[in-house]
Amino acid sequence: MSDQGSPGAPARSAAGLQHPADGERTSAPFGRRLLTVAGIDELGAYRVLRVADPDGPVPEPGQFAMIAAAERWGGGQDERPYLPRAFSYVRHSAGESHFLLEDVGPGSRRLCELRAGDGLWALGPLGQGFAPPRGEGRRSILVGGGVGIAPLAILGDTLTTPASVLLGFRDAPHARGASLLGGAELATDDGSVGHHGPVTNLLAGELRRDSHAAVYACGPPRMLEAVRAMCAAHGTPAQLALEAAMACGFGACFGCVVPRRGGGYLRVCLDGPVVDAAELEHVHDHAGEQR
Amino acid sequence: MSVRFCGLELAHELINGSGTFDAIAARRAFGEELETGFPFAAYVSKTITLAPREGNPPPRLWEAPAGLVNSIGLPNKGLDAYLEQDLPALAALTRAAGLRAEESDDGRVPHMVPLITNVMGSTAEEFSRLVEACDVREEIAAVELNVSCPNVKTGLDIGADPRMLGEVVRDVRERTGKPLIVKLTPNTADVAACAQAAEQGGADAVSLINSLRATALAPLGTARPHRPWLGGGTGGLSGPAVRTVALAQVAAVAEQVAIPVVGMGGVQSAAHARDLLDVGATLVAIGTESFRDPRAGARIAGELRTNAAG
Repeated sequence: MSDQGSPGAPARSAAGLQHPADGERTSAPFGRRLLTVAGIDELGAYRVLRVADPDGPVPEPGQFAMIAAAERWGGGQDERPYLPRAFSYVRHSAGESHFLLEDVGPGSRRLCELRAGDGLWALGPLGQGFAPPRGEGRRSILVGGGVGIAPLAILGDTLTTPASVLLGFRDAPHARGASLLGGAELATDDGSVGHHGPVTNLLAGELRRDSHAAVYACGPPRMLEAVRAMCAAHGTPAQLALEAAMACGFGACFGCVVPRRGGGYLRVCLDGPVVDAAELEHVHDHAGEQR
Repeated sequence: MSVRFCGLELAHELINGSGTFDAIAARRAFGEELETGFPFAAYVSKTITLAPREGNPPPRLWEAPAGLVNSIGLPNKGLDAYLEQDLPALAALTRAAGLRAEESDDGRVPHMVPLITNVMGSTAEEFSRLVEACDVREEIAAVELNVSCPNVKTGLDIGADPRMLGEVVRDVRERTGKPLIVKLTPNTADVAACAQAAEQGGADAVSLINSLRATALAPLGTARPHRPWLGGGTGGLSGPAVRTVALAQVAAVAEQVAIPVVGMGGVQSAAHARDLLDVGATLVAIGTESFRDPRAGARIAGELRTNAAG
């Protein structure tokens, strides 16, 4: 989606993974809302934060929320965090929104400390989610890496046809996150669970067997770049859920941009976080994000 | 409880700082609720330049203690595309916001949401062309000059040098009858002297503070440790970290000029807004706090009303 439909915006991919028009995307209530933490569950190296949100809109797979602890948001490492943090919805069911946390910096650390009954500021659902498959007989392949498996869980819930699920993790404690999705084939960097190597090795095998597929991926930039390149080589359409540091999450700050194929930038929060791989020349690694 | 500002009648004292709230993007994110609950009494556009700008390469953000360093680089479509595409869209949106406020009548007098266009040139000629183009558009209620741009000859920010600033404002003043606001830079030795120069040049109001020049180095564990983190090299600090600096600069300026002052810098609550009003600001702008809560302007305006009534 380009700002105001400016000329030169790339068309959606040949495979017709058409996003709904903006008017049809699920929009967030205007203003952050004070929600209550329903619970927090350990999941290996991760936590699943469950937040009571009975009145909020049901997010589309791939959409995200900007969240912050209502109390003591600040005063951690380097006197941070200050800004809310962007998290994809893992699931939204029975009036609860779920988010997948990994303690990687002062923001996620504070969120990991939350307990049932604590307050949470949330703005969402935001952004452009995954476009549903358009029934061309393509099978779905979900590819996730690390904490990036989050939006694939909610996506998997909505797919009406069986999908291959390929998930990669650092090690066994992280691989326990795979239980969020059923029937996944696993890869780990240290070989402790499943295939020893990057998850994209598994994808390469899948595409060699049958490239008439639609790929949905979320994970670290290097993984996404490998997915992009591999799918481009096979002519397989791919939707990539990008991660970027954001200040606002709704297009105000222009901070979360990534280069668009053919020039200019996309705002990850507004034009993404899910983008058609064809819109990108490369998935850039910003030398690691500030966490 | 309306507020007069440069001949405009505003519903309350809270507006947005330029470049901190993209109303067109927000309409995409929040739908019609943006119009029914529009958070600002006037809307200031992001900075428009003559030519289109893509902005700085990422990374563009650095979270600081109680603040944010940004190096966005003023991305915009350029004057022609702004006037052709964005201005009609913004005018429709702010008009709808005014009408919706009237519909949701809570005893307040209905007010339109005036549209202020912020422009930046790197020479007096560029400023003149920008302001002349704004002058003929009825959708624009006032023009704000972003003078935090280096002079091509001296390298100094135009707004940092009272003499240079006075010349630019005088030149631009002749090109428009619309209210002219000068957005002062805080990165100067004597901000009050700059404000006086703007007033003498014919400005109808001044606004401050812009972000404070700042930088950050990439931490260990990233690809280029100890090198500047931001794609643009340096950026500007905003947020609660600058609030006391803003208060001092707004106070210093308000003492020295007779024209209205728009105060901003780290405002997160009615108490912070009250401080700026108490030292002489007529309006208060919300910037970085809108990133944390897009409804912050409306929230703070409501708190101010409640406090005044109590």
